[in-house]
Amino acid sequence: MRDWRTLLSQWPVARQLQQRDPTALGSAAFSPRSRDLRPRTATADRVVRSVCPYCGVGCGQLVYVKDGKITDIEGDPDSPISAGCLCPKGAATFQLVTGAHRVHHVLYRRPHGTQWETIPLEVAMDMVADRVRKTRDETWEDRTPEGALARRTLGIAHLGGATLDNEENYLIKKLFTALGIVQIDNQARI
Amino acid sequence: MIQGSNMAECHPVGFRWVMEAKNRGATIVHVDPRFTRTSAVADIHVPIRAGSDIAFLGGIVNYIITHERYFRDYVVHYTNAAAIVSPDFQDTEDLDGLFSGYNPETRHYDMRSWEYEGQQRSPVVETHQEYHELTGEPWSEGPPQARAEHYDETLQHPRCVFQIVKRHFSRYTPEVVEQICGVPRDLFLKVAQTLCDNSGRERTSAFCYAVGWTQHTVGVQYIRTAAIVQMLLGNMGRPGGGILALRGHTSIQGSTDIPTLYDLLPGYLPMAKGQYDADFGQYAFHNTGRAGTWSSFPAYAVSLLKAWYGDAARADNDWAFHYLPHITGNHSHLMTVAAMADGRVRGYFVMGENPVVGTVHSALHSKGLRALEWLVVRDFAPTETVEFWRTGPEIARGEVRPEEIKTEVFFFPAAAPTEKDGSFTNTQRLLQWHHKAIEPPGDCRSELHFMYHLGRRLKRLYAGSADPKDRPILDLVWDYPTIGAIAEPDAEAVLREINGYTVADGKLLSRYQELNDDGSTACGCWIYCGCYAGGVNRPARRRPRTEQTWVAPEWAWAWPSNIRLMYNRASADPGGRPWSERKKYVWWDAEGGRWTGYDHPDIVEAKPPSYRPGPDAEGMDLLSGTDPFSLHADGKAWMFAPAGLVDGPLPTHYEPQESVIRSPLYGQQCNPARLEWDRPDNPYHRAYNDPRFPYVLTTYRLTEHHTAGGMTRWLSWLSELQPEMFCEVSPELAREKGLRNGGWATITTARGEIEVRVLVTDRIPPLRLEGRTVHQIGLPYHWGSRGLVRGEAANALLPFVADPNVSIMESKALTGNIEPGRRGRGRRVVTSGPIVPPLDHDGAPRDLRPPASGAGSGKRPRER
Repeated sequence: MRDWRTLLSQWPVARQLQQRDPTALGSAAFSPRSRDLRPRTATADRVVRSVCPYCGVGCGQLVYVKDGKITDIEGDPDSPISAGCLCPKGAATFQLVTGAHRVHHVLYRRPHGTQWETIPLEVAMDMVADRVRKTRDETWEDRTPEGALARRTLGIAHLGGATLDNEENYLIKKLFTALGIVQIDNQARI
Repeated sequence: MIQGSNMAECHPVGFRWVMEAKNRGATIVHVDPRFTRTSAVADIHVPIRAGSDIAFLGGIVNYIITHERYFRDYVVHYTNAAAIVSPDFQDTEDLDGLFSGYNPETRHYDMRSWEYEGQQRSPVVETHQEYHELTGEPWSEGPPQARAEHYDETLQHPRCVFQIVKRHFSRYTPEVVEQICGVPRDLFLKVAQTLCDNSGRERTSAFCYAVGWTQHTVGVQYIRTAAIVQMLLGNMGRPGGGILALRGHTSIQGSTDIPTLYDLLPGYLPMAKGQYDADFGQYAFHNTGRAGTWSSFPAYAVSLLKAWYGDAARADNDWAFHYLPHITGNHSHLMTVAAMADGRVRGYFVMGENPVVGTVHSALHSKGLRALEWLVVRDFAPTETVEFWRTGPEIARGEVRPEEIKTEVFFFPAAAPTEKDGSFTNTQRLLQWHHKAIEPPGDCRSELHFMYHLGRRLKRLYAGSADPKDRPILDLVWDYPTIGAIAEPDAEAVLREINGYTVADGKLLSRYQELNDDGSTACGCWIYCGCYAGGVNRPARRRPRTEQTWVAPEWAWAWPSNIRLMYNRASADPGGRPWSERKKYVWWDAEGGRWTGYDHPDIVEAKPPSYRPGPDAEGMDLLSGTDPFSLHADGKAWMFAPAGLVDGPLPTHYEPQESVIRSPLYGQQCNPARLEWDRPDNPYHRAYNDPRFPYVLTTYRLTEHHTAGGMTRWLSWLSELQPEMFCEVSPELAREKGLRNGGWATITTARGEIEVRVLVTDRIPPLRLEGRTVHQIGLPYHWGSRGLVRGEAANALLPFVADPNVSIMESKALTGNIEPGRRGRGRRVVTSGPIVPPLDHDGAPRDLRPPASGAGSGKRPRER
C-alpha cells in the first residue's frame, strides 16, 4: 500500500503548488508516463539519408528505421536546400512508403478479362520478355517505307522516368535503345 | 519575378528562400491569372489573361530598350546583340505575324534567312532543312553551331541583333500590354520599373517559372522572352539572377539529362536521324560544334557507344553506330498515343506516370490503351492508366464493356525510394543520392531490378541468334553486380558507368574533358562525368550546410563539373573583375593566373580575360576570355536565335489555339508552326469568339496533391486536406451563370465534359479586355476515378495541340463553357461521337495563309 504522502504529492493541486505552476501549463502537466515519453525517432536503430520523392526541389530527408521497419521520415536539417523543412507532401512520405494502399504482388488482366488475377513475379517477368521479343520481331523495320534508315520497332513504346532514379532511367534508355525502341518519353514532355 | 508558377503552393520549401530574400529587402512580383498564396506574400500581384505572357514580357523588353535601362557593357560583350544578321531576314512586323521563310503548305520555316550575315553554312541549319523537307516534321535538337562573322559593338547597324530586337518589340507598348493581357497600364509600368531598378552592377533579379509557361503552343518562346529580358538587364550567370525552372518531379531534370525521351541520348546527344545520319562520320559532322563545349561531340558519342557496346564498338566498325535505332520524325508522347489509338502500337510500358489523368484528352488516351495488345504499368497502386479497362469513365457510362477490350494488362508493384539506392537530379542540376533503408515488401521491385532482369531474359531469348538486328542486344554491356536475396543490381555500379572510366584499366574518370574519341574512354553520360571521381560517390556527399560556404559545393554534386551557377564567368566584367563587390562570385586572379571565386568557374580555368583566339584556334580555344556561354559556338547568350528553334528566331505573341480574342497584333492568330492533330476524335473550338465556349480555362496544381495524383490520392493525410475536384470562378461569373459556392457545375469543351464542385472566389478576378469582360475558370487537375478521393479529370477537357519545339501540350489556356448543376447522365466524351455540333470555322482563321487543301480546322493532318 502506497504511503499517503506519496499519494498526496501526486494530487494535481499539490503538484501545482509544490512546483510553483499554478496554471498547470508547465511541469505540473506531466504525468510520469508523459514525462518519460520519447519521440520514436530517438529509439531508431538507424537513420538513413534520403531525398524527397515528390517535386524537383530535392529536400533532404532522414528515414528512421527500427527492427527493419520505417518508423518515421523527417526533414534533414543539414541540407542547404531545405534546412530541415518538408512541405505537406514531403511530410507524408512516411505514409507513401508504408501505407496500406501499396500493392505487393503482380496483378494480371487477361485479354477481355473482367477482373484482376495475382501472378508470381518471375512468371510475369517471363511473360513480358516473351511479348517484347514477339512484338519486336513482328514489327521490326530496317528501313522505313521511304527508304530512310530505321533499325527499330514502332510496335513498342515507353512512358515515364521523372519519378525514377538516374540509374533506372539509364538502364531504361540503354536496354530499350538496344532493342530498337524509339518511342520513349516521360513527364518532361508535360 | 514569379510568373507561370504558384511557387508558394507548388514548391513550398523552395519558396522559403524567396521569403528569406524578402526579409532581406527583395521585392517579389507575382504575375498570374489567380491570386494565390504566392500572390498573398508578393509585393505586387498582376492578374493576367492566361496565354498572354509574351505580350507582357515583350512589353518589358520594349520598356528596357525605350528607356535605355539595359546593361550596356554586359549586352555588348556577353550577348549576340552586336552580331549582324542576314539581309534576307524579315520580321513578323513586316509579314503580319510570320517570319521570313515560312511555307504555308508544309507549315514549316526554312530557317536559312535567320542566320548571321556571311556565316559559314551551319550543318545544323542544313540538316534542319533537309529533315523538314523529308519528314515534314520539325526538329530542334542539336548543338547550336552558329558564330557571327560581323559585329557592330556600337549596336547601331540596322541589321544588328540589338536593332532587330528593338524594332521587333517596339509594338509592345503599355497600351498593347493592356489590350492583350488585361493588365492596367500603371500596374505594368510599376513592374517594368521595379525590375529595372533591381538590375545592374549592384543588383540582380531572378525569374521563376513552371509549367504555367511551358504548357502552351508557344511555350518555348515564353521562356525565350524572359531570357531576352534577363540578357538586356545583365541578370544571367550572376548570383541572384537567372531564369529558374521549378520542375515538378523529383528527378525530372535527371530524366532529361539521362533522357527517357525519344529524341535524345544521354547528355543531350541527339538521336540518330534516319534520313541523313547514315554512319558515325555523318552523325558527328551534323552535331559537332565549331567551337565551345560541343566541339568535343565525337568524344562524348564514342564514349557512350563504348559504355553500351564495349568491345563490339570499335574504330573499324564505326563504334557500332549502326546498332542505334534511327528516328524519322516526331515520336513524342502525344504522337505515340495517337498512333496507338489508330492501332499502330502493340505494347506499352508505363513506369511511375499516370497519363490518363496527367496529360491531355483522357478519352483519347483510353482509346489508345484499348487498342494495345499488351500494357505494362509499374506503380505503387493501380492507377487510372492501368485500370482503364475496369473503372474508366467510358466503362462506368456503359459505352465500352471490359469484355470487348483485348488488351492484356500487367501491373507490377514498384519499390519505394526508401527501398532502393539511387540518385535524383533536382531542379538545380544537383545529383543527390538516396540510400536504401529497408528491403521492398513482397514482389515490389525497383525499376533498376525490372530493367536489369528484363534485359537478362531478353539476352537469353535472343542467345544464338544470327540476325544482325539482334546483335545490339547480344553485345550490350549488361553485367552489373547484384546484391541480396532479390538480386538487386548495384546502383553504384550503374553510376560508375555513367561517370565513365578508361577502357584499358577501368580507372574512373574525373572530368568530361578527359573523354576521348579514340575508344579509350567509356562514359554513360558525359555531363555527369566526375560525379564518381576518385571513387567517391559525390551525389552522396552531405557536408552540413552550417559547415561550408553559402554556395555549399560539398553538398551532393552538380553537373557539369560541380558548377552550381552556370555561365558564372558573366558574374565578372570583361576584364575579369566582379561587376560589383556586392555581386562578387567568380573572378580572374591575375597573380595566380587563374579564375577563382566562391564556385567552380564555368570557363577554362587558366584562360585569361585578355585571351583572343588566333587564326588556327579550334574547339574551346576559339572562345575568347570574355565568352561566358560556352555551350554556344560563339560563346554569347542569344537574344536572337539564328538556329535551334523551329518557330522563329524571336518570340512573338500568338494567341492560344483556342482564345477569347482575335490577335490585336497580326493577321497570324496562332503559332504558325504549332503541332495540331486534325482528327475527328480531337476537335478544336473556333480560334476565337466561339459562342459555345466563351470562357478561358486554365489548369493548375495544389499543395497537397502531386501531378496526376499517383503518389497522393491514395494517402489519407493528404486526401483529407484536398478531398474533391473543384473549379474556381469569380463572384461576377457565378452571378452571371447562377453558380453557387459549394454547389455543382458542369464544364464542357468539344473533347469532354466533367462535373465539379464550385468555389466562388475573388482570387480569380475577371479582366477588362478591349472594353469587355473576360472570365477565367481555374481547374486543378489531380483527380481521377481511383484512389481515396475521386473526381473527374480536368484533362479530359484538353485537346491534343502542342509547342513545335518540344511537343509539350497546351493546357494552361483554352476555352470552355460552364453551366450550373451536374452533368446529364449518359453524356459522353468525343471518342464516342461529337459532344457539340461542329461550327463553321470560316471567319476565324488561325493562320494568315491557310493551305488550300486543308480540311476541318483549315490545317492539313499533322500526323504520319
